[in-house]
Amino acid sequence: MSKNLLNKVWDLHTVDQLSTGQDQLFIGLHLIHEVTSPQAFQMLEERGLQVLYPERTLATVDHIVPTADQSRPFDDPLAEEMMRALEENTRKHGITFYHLGTEHQGIVHIVGPELGATQPGMTIACGDSHTSTHGAFGSIAFGIGTSQIRDVLATQCMAVTRPKVRRVQVDGPLGPGVYAKDIILRIIADLGVKGGIGYAYEFGGSTIDALSMEGRMTICNMSIEGGARVGYVNPDATTYDYIRGREYAPKDAAFDRAVEYWRSIASASDAEYDDRYDLDATTLEPMVTWGINPGQAIGVSQTMPRLDSLPDSLRGVAKSAYEHMGFAEAAPIEGTPIDVAFIGSCTNARLSDLREAARVVVGRSVASGVRAFVVPGSKQVARQAEAEGLPQVFERAGFQWRGAGCSMCLAMNPDKLNGREICASSSNRNFIGRQGSPTGRTLLMSPAMVAAAALNGRVTDVRSITPASAA
Amino acid sequence: MVKQGEEVRVVSGTAVVVRGNEIDTDRIIPARYLKVVTFDGLGEFAFRDVRFAQDGSELDHPFNRPEHQGASVLIVNKNFGCGSSREHAPQALLRWGIHAIVGESFAEIFAGNCNALGVPAVRVSESDVERLMSIVESDPSMTVAVDVERREVRAGDLRVSASIADEIRESLVTGVWDSTAALLANRERIAETASNLPYMSGFCA
Ligand code: SF4
Repeated sequence: MSKNLLNKVWDLHTVDQLSTGQDQLFIGLHLIHEVTSPQAFQMLEERGLQVLYPERTLATVDHIVPTADQSRPFDDPLAEEMMRALEENTRKHGITFYHLGTEHQGIVHIVGPELGATQPGMTIACGDSHTSTHGAFGSIAFGIGTSQIRDVLATQCMAVTRPKVRRVQVDGPLGPGVYAKDIILRIIADLGVKGGIGYAYEFGGSTIDALSMEGRMTICNMSIEGGARVGYVNPDATTYDYIRGREYAPKDAAFDRAVEYWRSIASASDAEYDDRYDLDATTLEPMVTWGINPGQAIGVSQTMPRLDSLPDSLRGVAKSAYEHMGFAEAAPIEGTPIDVAFIGSCTNARLSDLREAARVVVGRSVASGVRAFVVPGSKQVARQAEAEGLPQVFERAGFQWRGAGCSMCLAMNPDKLNGREICASSSNRNFIGRQGSPTGRTLLMSPAMVAAAALNGRVTDVRSITPASAA
Repeated sequence: MVKQGEEVRVVSGTAVVVRGNEIDTDRIIPARYLKVVTFDGLGEFAFRDVRFAQDGSELDHPFNRPEHQGASVLIVNKNFGCGSSREHAPQALLRWGIHAIVGESFAEIFAGNCNALGVPAVRVSESDVERLMSIVESDPSMTVAVDVERREVRAGDLRVSASIADEIRESLVTGVWDSTAALLANRERIAETASNLPYMSGFCA
C-alpha cells in the first residue's frame, strides 16, 4: 500500500514534532483578509514579532466590502476602519494586497486560484473556514483562527494534528441540471455535518475526474460543512491546464518541473485510506436544504422528513429547524415561496456558475416581489462575465448585478435579509441569522436552481425549465 | 484571562448550561459584531441574537440569568462551535467569563481556537453531559471543576471522565498552548523544510 496525497504533502511540510505531540507544519501560502487578520497583527506587535515570509502571504478584501457602491470611505465607519487596518498592516509588513483598486480583488478563495497562487502539493492556510476550497488543486488547505494566523505570520508554521483520510468516491455521469453543489450537499446529508470531524476528505472517482476546476472547488469548499476541515482532489491534467499561464504559475521549463512535482504528490492508485464512502452520481437530483444546517438537504422532488423517521441524534436539530423555518413535516420542498434570490459566494460565484444561471434566466423575468442579486466572486469573474454579456442577461431579467465580494453570504456588509424573508441562495451556510436577519431563512441550492426559483418565486426543479436556445 | 505560558490544569467555578446540538459560531457571535479590529469588548455580544430581541429587550437565555453571572464553565451538547472559523466565538465566550467548556463534541476549528486561548474544551459522554446539565440547572451555585490533567469533570458528588486529545492536554498542562514561541524556536528547521520544497524556489532549482 502506498501513501495518499495528504500523507505525502504532510511529510514534506513537517518541520518537527512539538513537545505536545502535534506536528509543526510549514505553510506554503498564507492568505489573509480584513476580518480575521487585524487582531493577529496586533498580537504580533505586542510581542515585537515580524512576518517571517511576507512574500508567501497575499491579502485581499471581501467580507465587508459593499457590493453596490464601493467608493471610499465606506458609509459604514466600522468597515472603513477594518479596511484601513488591512491597508496599514500589509504596507507595514510588505505584503501584497489585492485591494479594491486592483484587478484581482475578490473573495479570497476565488482570488487565490485565479492568480495561480494556489497550487498542488502546497500547504495553505487562511483565517476562514472555507479555505478547504483550495484543496481542489491537490493542496492541503486549512481554515484557521486568529491565534493561528499570528503563528503563521510569525513563523510560517502551525501546530496541528494530522487528520485521518476518508476517500469519497463518486462515480457515474451527472444528469442534466445536476451540479457539483448537488454532489456535496448529498455527501453532507449522507455523512452528516460532523461526519468529517478528524478527517480530510479525498474526493475522487469518475464524476470528480470529469468536473472542471470550478466544480471541484465547489465540492472542496463545502467539505468543512461536513465537518472535514480539509478536502482535496488529486491533481490531474485539468488542474495543470487551469494553472498554466496564470500570474503566479511557474513559466516554461519551470512549469514542466512543477508538473513533475505535482504528479509525484498525487495519491497512488493503491493508496491507503482510513475510511471510504461511495456515491453513485447517477442517482442524484438537484438538492435543496430545508433546515438550519447544510446537512438538512433533500432532492427537490422529495418531501421534508418526518421527525419520527429520523434517528434520535438528528431529531432535536430537525425540530429546531422546523420551528425556525416554519415548514411542516412531510411537506414537499418544491413550491416553497421565496423572497430573495442570491447567486454569489466562494461556493458558487465563478464564471461557470454564472453561465449556468444565465442559461436559465435568459429571455425570462424574475417573479414580481422577489429581490434577486448576482454577485460575482471576484473582479476577474466580473470581467469575464461582462465579456460574455452576462450582466445584461441578468439585468434584463430583473436581477441586480453587483461588485465582487461576499455579499449576502454573511451579514458583514449592507446586503442582508430582512425579517423572516426566505432566500434561495447559492452560498454554503443556512445557519440561523447567517444572512443578517436573526429570523431570516436560507435555502441552499445550486446557482441554476436559484435562478429557477427567482423566475417562479418559489423553489422549482430547474430541469422543468427548458433552456432557451441561445444563451 | 489566562496569561501566555500559564499552565492550565484545573478550571473550576460555577457553570452555565446552553442546550442544543450544532450551535454554530454565527449563533455564538453574529457576523455583524465581527466588524472590529480588536477582540476587546466582544463579551457582551456572546449569543447576542438569542439573548436579546431585535428591539433590544432581553430574552430568556442562560447567559442573561442572574444566577449564572460569573460562571466560568460552559456545558453544551453536540458539535458545538461548528461553521465559521471565527476566533471571535471563543474570544467572546472567554471575555464573557468562560474559561472551560464541557460538551459531547466540538467542531474541529473551534476546539483548536479554544486551545490557542488556553480554554480547555473537553468531551464527556451524552449521559454525563445530561447529568452535569441537570445538576447545574437545579443548583446554579454548584462548583464544577474541569480537571484537564486527570481528564475528569467534577460537580458535587459526581465525577465523570472527560476526553481531550493527548497533544491538547499536554499543551494546556505544560503551558505551551500558546504555540508561537515553540514554533519560532525551530527557526533553522523551518528554513531547512522550506528549502526542500520545490515551489519555494519557483521550481528553478
Ligand atoms: S463568500 Fe461566504 S463563505 Fe465565502 S469567504 Fe465570503 S463569507 Fe465566507
